[in-house]
Amino acid sequence: MATLLFRNSRAFLLLHNHQHLQNKLPFLLGIRSPSPPCSNSHFLPSFLLSSLRYESTKAQPQLEDLQHHHHQVIDFPGGKVGFTSEMRFISDTSHIRVPCYRVLDDDGELVKPTNQVQVSKELAVRMHSEMVTLQTMDSIFYELQRQGRISFYLTTSGEEAVNIASAAALSSHDVILPQYREPGVLLWRGFTLQQFAHQCFGNTNDFGKGRQMPIHYGSNKHNYFTVSSPIATQLPQAVGAAYSLKMDGKSACAVTFCGDGSTSEGDFHAAMNFAAVMEAPVVFICRNNGWAISTPVEEQFRSDGIVVKGQAYGIWSIRVDGNDALAVYSAVHTAREIAIKEQRPVLIEALTYRVGHHSTSDDSTKYRSTGEIEYWKMERNPVNRFKRWVERNGWWSEKDELELRSSVRKQLMHAIQVAEKAQKPPLEDMFTDVYDKLSSNLEEQERDLRKTIEKHPKDYPSDVPF
Amino acid sequence: MLGVIRNKTIRPSFSAFRFFSSSAKQMTVRDALNSALDEEMSADSKVFLMGEEVGEYQGAYKITKGLLEKYGPERVLDTPITEAGFTGIGVGAAYYGLKPVVEFMTFNFSMQAIDHIINSAAKSNYMSAGQISVPIVFRGPNGAAAGVGAQHSHCYASWYGSCPGLKVLAPYSAEDARGLLKAAIRDPDPVVFLENELLYGESFPVSAEVLDSSFCLPIGKAKIEREGKDVTITAFSKMVGFALKAAEILEKEGISAEVINLRSIRPLDRPTINASVRKTNRLVTVEEGFPQHGVGAEICTSVIEESFGYLDAPVERIAGADVPMPYAANLERLAVPHVEDIVRAAKRACHRSVPLAAAA
Ligand SMILES: Cc1ncc(C[n+]2csc(CCOP(=O)(O)OP(=O)(O)O)c2C)c(N)n1
Repeated sequence: MATLLFRNSRAFLLLHNHQHLQNKLPFLLGIRSPSPPCSNSHFLPSFLLSSLRYESTKAQPQLEDLQHHHHQVIDFPGGKVGFTSEMRFISDTSHIRVPCYRVLDDDGELVKPTNQVQVSKELAVRMHSEMVTLQTMDSIFYELQRQGRISFYLTTSGEEAVNIASAAALSSHDVILPQYREPGVLLWRGFTLQQFAHQCFGNTNDFGKGRQMPIHYGSNKHNYFTVSSPIATQLPQAVGAAYSLKMDGKSACAVTFCGDGSTSEGDFHAAMNFAAVMEAPVVFICRNNGWAISTPVEEQFRSDGIVVKGQAYGIWSIRVDGNDALAVYSAVHTAREIAIKEQRPVLIEALTYRVGHHSTSDDSTKYRSTGEIEYWKMERNPVNRFKRWVERNGWWSEKDELELRSSVRKQLMHAIQVAEKAQKPPLEDMFTDVYDKLSSNLEEQERDLRKTIEKHPKDYPSDVPF
Repeated sequence: MLGVIRNKTIRPSFSAFRFFSSSAKQMTVRDALNSALDEEMSADSKVFLMGEEVGEYQGAYKITKGLLEKYGPERVLDTPITEAGFTGIGVGAAYYGLKPVVEFMTFNFSMQAIDHIINSAAKSNYMSAGQISVPIVFRGPNGAAAGVGAQHSHCYASWYGSCPGLKVLAPYSAEDARGLLKAAIRDPDPVVFLENELLYGESFPVSAEVLDSSFCLPIGKAKIEREGKDVTITAFSKMVGFALKAAEILEKEGISAEVINLRSIRPLDRPTINASVRKTNRLVTVEEGFPQHGVGAEICTSVIEESFGYLDAPVERIAGADVPMPYAANLERLAVPHVEDIVRAAKRACHRSVPLAAAA
């Protein structure tokens, strides 16, 4: 069945396949009555088949319904609104919290039935391997900071599945605007362990030429916008990037990540509203990990998390178990399709937990219990859960695991050695990247500097090419 | 004095004094700020604190340590991460008689909220013809820290300093921190209070007077930290310490430098600066922020407008480099002023005469 939706003079075909559901739960889910069967299905583009997997649990009631239930409607700009004689306030939250979509249970068993997007053996093995790689990179780089060899670090511990599974579900043409706890997306896209190490040491091989703090990764080649420190600025910027993709008619979307804390910034709200109004192909992935440095979610907002905010802005939204890689993969894969095919934003709230300290400048045991941390680290570990599933499928063994871990460790040790020894960015980099051609005052400064260095060679660091 | 204390015949206003046995007591800037907040909160129930992690966490830099425990969550408010939100809420609370002290984790993040500071807090008194006053303090670390890159290292002194309706203070020592923060909280107008992360842990000698809970410094008044006759050096915040060190070095070389701790960026104490320059005939301005449209530029203009005839050398301006703060430690070092830079500039100013400069 297809419904023809007209939005801004563009016609979009939307396929609905929830008749069976509707028969069972019509009033619970508020789903509209079935539309007439589509007669010209051979015209349907192929993507519509994939949209069979997703359903909106909240479809706007059609006008006939409205008129049926209410005696009168007000023809208000933006759409008709029915009248009611019953004074009733909408309560702060519904009694039942929005359920969380999952595919794997805590033991890594498939929950049935599920409308999950299938994951092949090859993809699953790669997802697991990248999660292990991310985990290992985090623990080794964290130690590196503790030893004073890099100035700062921040781990992704506990959020490996959100990182890797979302990356796996996207195309490399999709533009990523990260917060800072999503290096796994970059890892998935082929940024090497060596490149991560180069950035953390800020050497000459760092794409940012050592101009930013560690973990502020970025790579044009990987369509990954450089991490920026002020919270939430990436969100409206992602809408802008998505708008540019829309204008260019690209078959790609912008994907932006944020934490629960970031949703308090005005930028989050501006981004959501603009995304809806501009019909921007953008996927917002909010990692609700329970904490924003020391601020717990109850002090951040009083809504049922983040997922419910989507509807208020007119955005499709889903809550997903962020520690279930298969669920994250399915949700992001489908959200991407919706964003691109229907040219509209989607919001995903991934429930997860920040197992590590906020950063190397933080000690989270000062404000949360070690029991809570341990529970999430052990019982709800996303990597272990996914591993059980791949093992159960016969795709992975303990031997593979040991081999992988030791190989990643070796690669990392080597990468660190190389990065630590590498030269710093050369002197000329101090003057480049702002003007196409150096302005005369910069040329003069560079000449002066070189003369001074020639006069005082002993004061010039040996690891900076002259 | 000590005897008076032992005899417990102290005046009530000297109660804080009891805890200190000598007037050469040392105090960190952190404790100075913390005690100023504590005392003003205890003196005036309208004063309350608000910001990210100021309560349970006691502030990103522990400036609000112990205050949640003492004054409770109604007066020490942990906020969601919404600078624009809590700044606007603070301004609204100030419109209606409360005295909020709003903490920014760093002034870099006040950029999210600057509309409330400039368009609302700074202008309401004027636009309402005095009907609305906005007794609010915006405080937090400002300017360069160490190793935190371009987005955490910006100095906003000249930004806020250029806006009528605001008062802008920048303490250097523990005495400054206590006296100026108390003044800011008591002031009926919005005050931007620019601290420096690297000074928080530094200790300074404090006198009994400074430790008294009634202690307060005047807003708009600079402090001559060191008298001299050959060259005037103006500085604020961390750079005052550098200027003082430079003055010591210069003294050994026979140059007597007068160091002015501005304390107040707006109002700027033009009389003190000009009187000093009329005496020394030479001026070096020092700041960590960018040179263009900086505090030094304003001081230089003031001296040229009011004391041009007294200058024996061109004004020397020491400022941060005109680039976003580099992350690399060696470049970061080169991007901010150092004691040697001040020494060199002062020498240039002293050894140059007007005719030479004019010829150059
Ligand atoms: C505008 C702004 N305000 C404050 C900060 C300081 N800060 C850095 S990270 C952070 C917490 C963010 O929490 P959340 O968005 O939940 O992400 P998480 O760290 O949990 O992944 C804060 C307050 C900042 N970087 N930018």
